[in-house]
Amino acid sequence: MTKNEIRSCEDALRLLAAYIDRELPGPTDAKVEHHLETCRSCYSRAEFEKRLKASLAELGSEPVRPALAERVNTLIRTFSVAGGD
Amino acid sequence: MPAQTVHSMPSEVDRAWFGERVDTLLPELYGRALRLCRHRANAEDLVAEAVARAWESLPSLEDRDAFRAWVFRILNNAFVSSCRTARAKADHEPLDTTDRAFSLFERLHQPILLWWGSSPETDFLNRLLREDLERAIHGLPEPFREVVALVDVQGLPYQEVADLLDVPLGTVRSRLSRGRSLLQEALWEHGIEAGLVEGDRKADPNTSEKKAHDQE
Repeated sequence: MTKNEIRSCEDALRLLAAYIDRELPGPTDAKVEHHLETCRSCYSRAEFEKRLKASLAELGSEPVRPALAERVNTLIRTFSVAGGD
Repeated sequence: MPAQTVHSMPSEVDRAWFGERVDTLLPELYGRALRLCRHRANAEDLVAEAVARAWESLPSLEDRDAFRAWVFRILNNAFVSSCRTARAKADHEPLDTTDRAFSLFERLHQPILLWWGSSPETDFLNRLLREDLERAIHGLPEPFREVVALVDVQGLPYQEVADLLDVPLGTVRSRLSRGRSLLQEALWEHGIEAGLVEGDRKADPNTSEKKAHDQE
């Protein structure tokens, strides 16, 4: 048995993180997907992990303090341009 | 409209375009910087440095439609060269990799827990606040936080993270696994403290969950 064979929930869960991250090679990805289609427990687990990951992705944007916006604007005004002073 | 590629010194028009693009992306630049650096002042310094580097490199940007991904890459590189501490660069692997990973899902499925809704994991996620997630990710030790921030917050592929941090792919995988485990444990602990879950936290999930799972 190769390390990417899926014969149990334990095999599927071992690959679940890489599956959700889209890091598995095509054939292995398909095997995990097939298992999730047939196992309610692992499917629920996968949906939970996906939702948690999506929540973390939302942290990639943050309200900016006016002071930072002003700092960046000031910085950009100092950049040299062709034909400038 | 500025030319697609600027091979000489940028013009005033280019500066206006650059300023507009940076202004639009500022919340994302700052959000990503904050997850990497944790402290607000450091994150703001990182954003300013990335903007300065981006301007210097603008003549090399072949396709301006790719500005967004390009400037985030510059931000990450600036983080690695400026903000990242020696501790994160060190080989900081989990001491005991045989530790069973903490699974929030498994904890939430302990039969002993009481739930009002139909699905414990959905209820839990619905009750989590953005600040709960922020606190959990900020509380991660640096080597794990940076990998979780790059993969889960930014959505980068493992290989890109390995190249950026100059560590083997296996190290990215192990840090990510450990980081996610610590993050879920922190969310669970917070859930207990904040009253998001009820039940006996001392229950051993290993026995009860396996039984529940085997019955599926």
